[in-house]
Amino acid sequence: MPPREGTYGLLAEFNTPSELVHATEEARHAGYRRMECYTPYPVEEAAEALHFHKTSVPLVCLIGGLMGVTTAFLMETWINVWAYPLNIAGRPLFSWPAFIIPAYEWTILFAGFSAALGMIALNGLPQLYHPVFNAPNFRNGATTDKFFLCIEAVDPKFSLAETRTFLEQFPAVSVVEVDH
Amino acid sequence: MATKGPMQDPIVDPMIDPRTGEYAVIAPGHNFRSITQKIAGIVLTSNTPLGWFFGLMVGGGVAMGVVVGCTWLFLKGVGIWGVTIPGAWGFAIINFVWWIGIGHAGTLISAILLLFKQTWRNSINRFAEAMTIFAVVCAGTFPLIHVGRPWLAYWLFPYPNTMNVWPQFRSPLAWDVFAVSTYASISIIFWYIGMIPDFGTLRDRATMPAAKYFYGMLSLGWRGSTRHWIRYESASLLLAGLSTPLVLSVHTVISFDFAVAALAGWHTTIFPPYFVAGAVYSGFAMVLTLAIPIRKFYHMEDLVTLRHLDNMAKVMLATGSIVAYGYGMEVFMAWFSASHWEFFMMWNRMFGPMGWAYWILILTNIAIPLTTLWSRKLRVNVTFLFILSLIVNTGMWFERFVIVVTSLYREYLPSSWGTYRATKWDYMIYVGTMGLFTFLFFLFVRFLPMIPMSEIRMMLPQTKVTRGGPDAETVSKETV
Repeated sequence: MPPREGTYGLLAEFNTPSELVHATEEARHAGYRRMECYTPYPVEEAAEALHFHKTSVPLVCLIGGLMGVTTAFLMETWINVWAYPLNIAGRPLFSWPAFIIPAYEWTILFAGFSAALGMIALNGLPQLYHPVFNAPNFRNGATTDKFFLCIEAVDPKFSLAETRTFLEQFPAVSVVEVDH
Repeated sequence: MATKGPMQDPIVDPMIDPRTGEYAVIAPGHNFRSITQKIAGIVLTSNTPLGWFFGLMVGGGVAMGVVVGCTWLFLKGVGIWGVTIPGAWGFAIINFVWWIGIGHAGTLISAILLLFKQTWRNSINRFAEAMTIFAVVCAGTFPLIHVGRPWLAYWLFPYPNTMNVWPQFRSPLAWDVFAVSTYASISIIFWYIGMIPDFGTLRDRATMPAAKYFYGMLSLGWRGSTRHWIRYESASLLLAGLSTPLVLSVHTVISFDFAVAALAGWHTTIFPPYFVAGAVYSGFAMVLTLAIPIRKFYHMEDLVTLRHLDNMAKVMLATGSIVAYGYGMEVFMAWFSASHWEFFMMWNRMFGPMGWAYWILILTNIAIPLTTLWSRKLRVNVTFLFILSLIVNTGMWFERFVIVVTSLYREYLPSSWGTYRATKWDYMIYVGTMGLFTFLFFLFVRFLPMIPMSEIRMMLPQTKVTRGGPDAETVSKETV
């Protein structure tokens, strides 16, 4: 666990997504690794600049869906064949075509909940407190119209003075120090 | 459609893109901040418009119909309704199918149009999804109260109980439970996930402590991190991919309620696609019914433009044509199958004692919309579209009425023929659900962002990332 006191990182504010993506790419070239962009809408180029490509959300979703179909089909079979067998108009007890519909619905139900809750969990949410909220300009912009790059103090290359000089070479609106 | 030069036409509509001749999806001149302020302003203002209170009160008052009607129903039983033998299915099933069909456009807009990268959906998807959820609430009421002993409706769920009684999975009623409950759950989660970034915006822009706290909790601490966004987009796409077959399956399952019965007029293979198309048709009509007054009332013409109305009208034209094909096929198969019963059912549907309902249906669902919607002038005529959307909603209700009633009340044996007449309690509960829907919708437009801000931002030209070329700001100025 990184220490929960002192400086969290340096936060640079940009006016356009292009400036943010450019700065992120340069930071990566300069050797910074522990950094994060904050944008008011998804900027795919920023994710590319961060080299963040793969998410596990689809895998979680797939596992959820497979669990859904298995659970529903086994449950229906158990209920209608063993637990509560009913002879309805001489139909076979194991009427598997009729069981497909609820099994199909539960596939979607489990997969959908896995995708949604999996996304929330992988993102580490809910997390009502985060150091970047301490930056004075973050709340006015990050969810409205500003683009932020945060180089975190846990980065091995991080040095308060040098990183600040590095960030100030870009046309950033401001570079502020963020405390935990 | 041709580009109009300033010489021929000095007054050029700023909403029309001169290159394509199409209406713009967003009015020119907007930036991230103006859009955010416009949408968030409706929610965060302390000045609630008086009209809102009026609408909420009217909706709430009419919704009392559900409370009163259901109370009397629970005391007396379903005998207070017009259902009887042979017309054993009446308003409850008609309204159930009608309401759930209305919901389908919301899912279609949020899921299928997202998969097809139809960015124009972004302005209308949030309230279309809200419409879905509230329509499913209204729809769900009916199967719950129509089972005879509504306090035992939970028996339909497979839960371990001391009686060792389990549901019957060969029955379409059990399928309905799974389809509709899944539909409601997935719609709610999709809706909520879509709102998380907007809750973040509202939290950051709120000034009242209660609003900060409320939206802060709902936003789960969203901060717009890029890694979060990528997972968020991945989850949204997956949910869209899952909702697409879901929306098709729900109305398919509902059509199975009819199609598995061996009754002329119900036992038809065309039912699943025909029901789904009808659902989308009525759903888009309802989106128009809601969107037109809202955009007027909240001055949202910049974001819900004539382009949206035009596109929705086109979807209605397409789905309405599928529905018309369905009607045609029913008539054709009644003749082509050479089935005496099918033929009689169709004849009776058209010219029997309830023939008026069939002709209202043809007039409101086919004749009026499918002749007028071809005209672009009419498709962008707001008043006309609003009236038409009401006409189509009526027509789709009559479709359900015709299917349910005219097949049941004159079935195989003439000795068991009867009729169906709805009672005041039927009407009271039906009209009550409309009030409930209105009530919930008014709450929604006041307290939740009715247009997804994060998705609208993505449609602005400023979002384009340029590398090594001119600054994005200059690019955006040129395009705007």
